[in-house]
Amino acid sequence: MRQFFILSFLVGCFLSVQLHAEINPGNGYKVGDKAADFSLKSVDGQMVSLSDYKDAKGYIVVFTCNTCPFSVKYEDRINEMHQKYADAGYPVIAINPNDPSIKTGDSYDAMKIRAEEKGFDFPYVFDEGQKVFPVYGATKTPHVYILDQDMIVKYIGAIDDNPGDAEMVDMNYVDNAIASIQKGVNPDPASTKAIGCSIKYKKS
Amino acid sequence: MKFISLSALLTLMMLEMSHAQAELTVYESFDDFEHLLHSDDDKIHVINFWATWCKPCIEELPYFEELNASEDNIEVILVSLDFKNQIETKLKPFLERQKLQSDIVVLTDTKYNNWLDKVSDEWSGAIPATYIYRGKASVFREEDFKSVEEIESIINSIKI
Repeated sequence: MRQFFILSFLVGCFLSVQLHAEINPGNGYKVGDKAADFSLKSVDGQMVSLSDYKDAKGYIVVFTCNTCPFSVKYEDRINEMHQKYADAGYPVIAINPNDPSIKTGDSYDAMKIRAEEKGFDFPYVFDEGQKVFPVYGATKTPHVYILDQDMIVKYIGAIDDNPGDAEMVDMNYVDNAIASIQKGVNPDPASTKAIGCSIKYKKS
Repeated sequence: MKFISLSALLTLMMLEMSHAQAELTVYESFDDFEHLLHSDDDKIHVINFWATWCKPCIEELPYFEELNASEDNIEVILVSLDFKNQIETKLKPFLERQKLQSDIVVLTDTKYNNWLDKVSDEWSGAIPATYIYRGKASVFREEDFKSVEEIESIINSIKI
């Protein structure tokens, strides 16, 4: 009996260590899930939550960073997206999910510099401790989640279908998703895939 | 005599250059590339998606090189997803420096949503990503490898 207790204790320890150590972004939100709110520090020092936006009709949550070339190609487009949709009730919140001990260019200080250089109008927040991106299930930058007023995930994926050239975009998925939400219908496509940089975190 | 050796040298240099260029096939459309995912021979095909701008991709390239050199029955193809306008400026200089021995192709089809699922529906789009197959058996991994042994152990899972 005593051995059994010792064994259970050891197994328990092992499991809790495993649970604690492992970041598994594969099992995040699917379209239709309700997203959790968060409280993350923006480059201006303010904490930002979705619930801060009292009049929001939806939210454009973009996982992005300073260092990924795909993210860099989308910086201006993310800024334009915010200018286009914030007043209509769909603010952009950009989250940097990377561990700066792996990617120093994605530190909070580096974010402040980049936001200043590019004149980001939207909050650019830091996922300190990397608690938020695994809950959402983001795997790469950029990776967009569009939520409706009730924080139900309506769209997951890319911003548009041409990372290399904003002028050559055939379909802007974010525009399409917002227009659908405004009409009260589900976006089609509700999810898309695109190449991006893997989110940097320490693997156990 | 000097003239002859100079011509010989120039010829050699040109051969070298044409050799390097012949190695680099650029696929502008996934449809043209797709046959590389369906070779029907008995070999193990290791298809690694990478880019010069992707640091973890660069870090794992030596393991694929080692793997490619180790066994005749394994064929490695390194598929660069570098941007079309950076093939000359970034990719080619990188390849010249690295002198990689594995086959290298470039895939510049940026309509990603149309083709990522055709490689694997498990692929969210992050790189590095690696698709390994032999005949109909396949395995996909959207993560970097830390050693050649790690790739080999995944290969062993499809060696039937």
